[in-house]
Amino acid sequence: MDASADLLINAIVSGLLLGGFYAAVSIGVAIAFGMLDIVNIAHPAVILLGSYVAYIGNTVFGIDPILSAVILLPAFYALGVAAYQIYYVAFERRDDQSLRGLSFFFGILFIAEVGLILGFGVDYRSVQAWYTQGNLNLFVIELPWRLLVPFLLGLAMVVALQVFLSRTFVGRAIQAVAQDQGALRLMAANPAKIKRIAFGLSFATAAIAGAALIIIQPVEPSIGREYIGRIFAICVLGGLGSFPGMVIAAVTLGIVESLTATFFGPSWAPAVSFGVLLVTLAVRPNGILGR
Amino acid sequence: MASLVAKATGRETAPGLGNIAFVGVLIVAAAVIFAGTRWFGNDYAFFAAYVVVQYIVLGTAWNILGGYTGYVNFGVTAFFAIGAYSSVVLYKLTPWLPLPAMIVVGGVLAALVGLGTGYLTLRLRGVFFSIATLALAVVVQTLITNWDFVGGARGAYVLRPKLAPLIGGAYIEYLFLVMLGLCVVALATARAIERSALGFGFAAIRDDEAAAEASGVPTLKLKLIATALSGGFMGMAGAPLPYYVTYLDPTSGFSLNYAVNAIAMPLIGGTSSWLGPVVGAVLVGGLQEYLRVTISSAINVLVAGVLMVVFVIVAPQGIVGLFQRKKR
Repeated sequence: MDASADLLINAIVSGLLLGGFYAAVSIGVAIAFGMLDIVNIAHPAVILLGSYVAYIGNTVFGIDPILSAVILLPAFYALGVAAYQIYYVAFERRDDQSLRGLSFFFGILFIAEVGLILGFGVDYRSVQAWYTQGNLNLFVIELPWRLLVPFLLGLAMVVALQVFLSRTFVGRAIQAVAQDQGALRLMAANPAKIKRIAFGLSFATAAIAGAALIIIQPVEPSIGREYIGRIFAICVLGGLGSFPGMVIAAVTLGIVESLTATFFGPSWAPAVSFGVLLVTLAVRPNGILGR
Repeated sequence: MASLVAKATGRETAPGLGNIAFVGVLIVAAAVIFAGTRWFGNDYAFFAAYVVVQYIVLGTAWNILGGYTGYVNFGVTAFFAIGAYSSVVLYKLTPWLPLPAMIVVGGVLAALVGLGTGYLTLRLRGVFFSIATLALAVVVQTLITNWDFVGGARGAYVLRPKLAPLIGGAYIEYLFLVMLGLCVVALATARAIERSALGFGFAAIRDDEAAAEASGVPTLKLKLIATALSGGFMGMAGAPLPYYVTYLDPTSGFSLNYAVNAIAMPLIGGTSSWLGPVVGAVLVGGLQEYLRVTISSAINVLVAGVLMVVFVIVAPQGIVGLFQRKKR
């Protein structure tokens, strides 16, 4: 096998693995934006918060980054519930989501970024665990553990949430909110209460996604901005609120970015998601598996 | 009789000064401010005042789209940096070109980018436009970082002439004067829009786009006009930046501070009229300059973000709105 085909296969495989990780970072927005219609552009900041929590757990207490994310799941859930409560009282109830609701999340994004800079400085931070180095070799393909673990983590999270949404009572209630809030109100159920739970879940996924992020690459406070375009490109391309569509979109974007980075240089990769986003919005705004 | 006719046609004569008189007042105000800063006799006064006036222009530009039509542009840095980098290119190709001409070029380029982005995304719900502009900032930064002619990631140096043309004195005085002139144009445009049929169309889009469309308002066309005007003024505000900082690199040119300030200032001041961005920029910009001197530059960037979040929650009509409510 010649070198360029080898390069191609490895680029595709690492893009595939990257896609699983992208699914993990996007699922929070798929819930908030796709199902609840809350455009939380501050989500990448919450993910970064998760990364720094994993970093503290790892360097100060010597805990595995994934384990520290799991320990702090309830805290992130509570943070999400609190954030939704503010959003509900200040914007949703006043029916003023678009201009001021968006600006609210933009402000939160900025405050979180500056807060992290003040707290940790602009140095890159990383974690140590058995899977941050080394490869799993399968014939010609090299699977780096630091990509494989976030990939599996992302897929596990998507499957778990899909099962939760379709099998449990609360999960079905969340899907009902996504479909028709007015009808839910007629059933004497309170959409705000269910949305609170769902938004808490969306924040909780950010804890895991943050741990996955710091396993894949060292993080610094402004890195979250790069993920905004990516996350929303994936959610729009996947058709808002559809998990299978989101996974397909995430893997597609991962592979395209990986190929771009391999053949044109890594500094061009951030432009890919914007291209994908613009083309999707212009050609097929409902996404590939849109309703 | 005239007012009867106006009522019958549904268009009352706008109260207050006419457009030309208003421009006159602005020019007098700008002249007084310039004379005052010169009387202060300190270069720092010019550097600080330049930043505040630049934010008045940026805030007004953002407000033409955000405040009047309700479409949120998060990609302020993209338009601002297009203006700044077009000046870098012109500085390298045609250094003899006067600054006002560079500003026009930067403004036209930014307006075209706004038109393109708007054309692709403005037919959808407003949030998609917002997300697209957010991503636009990242992609323009990627392009500039990969473009070696303008210095790439290393940045570009621009030599500031020692003396100001026309007026004499330090070059920063000339920069300030140009920015003041731009500010007069931006404010006059914003106020003229408010009082024209265009402004009523914008307001109809903001209040209920579906109803506006149904009553025959050409919504897409109006939104595109607003986006191009808004992006153009942002580009113009950015065009003198290379001469102000003398060293421009992508990280500082695309700093999130510009976007946050440009959005925070109208929201804090009030989005419904041209006065809001002015009030917001003078208060927040002034406070930031004060904090930067007295405490630290890290705190001063937080101020705009925190104030913006507080204002959108507690006082959604902004400072101008608080006073107007009392009047009613």
